[in-house]
Amino acid sequence: MHVDWASFTPWSAIIGGVIIGVAAAMLALVNGRIAGISGIVGGLLRPTANDLAWRAAFLAGLMAAPLLYAMAATLPVIVVDANYPTLIAAGLLVGAGTRYGAGCTSGHGVCGIARLSPRSLVATLIFMAAGFATVLVTRHLAGV
Amino acid sequence: MYTLSSFVAGLVFGVGLIVSGLVNPSKVLGFLDLAGRWDPSLALVMAGAVAVGVPAFFVAGKRAVTLLGTPMQLPNARQIDRRLVLGSLAFGIGWGLAGFCPGPALVALGAGQVKAFVFVAAMLAGMLVFEVAQRARAGTDPSVRQLTDTGL
Repeated sequence: MHVDWASFTPWSAIIGGVIIGVAAAMLALVNGRIAGISGIVGGLLRPTANDLAWRAAFLAGLMAAPLLYAMAATLPVIVVDANYPTLIAAGLLVGAGTRYGAGCTSGHGVCGIARLSPRSLVATLIFMAAGFATVLVTRHLAGV
Repeated sequence: MYTLSSFVAGLVFGVGLIVSGLVNPSKVLGFLDLAGRWDPSLALVMAGAVAVGVPAFFVAGKRAVTLLGTPMQLPNARQIDRRLVLGSLAFGIGWGLAGFCPGPALVALGAGQVKAFVFVAAMLAGMLVFEVAQRARAGTDPSVRQLTDTGL
């Protein structure tokens, strides 16, 4: 294994992680909800009375974050190497997978692990392993 | 107030995703590329978030109501079943293909990324597939719906 020290950004990673943790703590303590993005989006596709507003508000905040950030600093570059067919396949897998698996990186990976949920720990180990394996195949074995 | 605090939480969450670098798929793929030039940064993102989350969820778990007095609605599912395993597997493959997971994709969409828009549209379609299949199953077995509503 070769660590890419030039790309390694430990401080912004930790600070960003702490900010994410603060947001998750806020939503849990003030709203009594899990900051799991796939679950919040998924709930909008299953409308039940009086459940839509907080979901829509959270997602609006999420999407407004780049605007807020850009007022204080320059937005970091976002590099998407995947082509459109790959993005569509990836989106379908992420959408269906996170709903069947009841969570994604935020719901299981951050909130679930912080709650010491065995279910979330298993889910996180599986999607991380699948992510590592997928990149191994696409970058090193299939020669894409 | 409930809706406003949710908006602020989303805003803060999104800023965290930007600061951490998770919003950039090429950085995410650098983390997932163990066999190449590995960028371990994202492990620290998770560590930082979990470090704050542990005490917060410990307190939240002890309370019956939120700071606003509304009921706590944290998940209580315990079972590790086939759906959890296969769903997480599919999610991980999709994550590894493009480097996007749901949160960062929505933030990148907010930043005006066309590719994030395409990804999110496909993601919503994938979620709808689940909803339709779920409703079809719930027609024959009412417990199915309740199971998934308990979330994590």
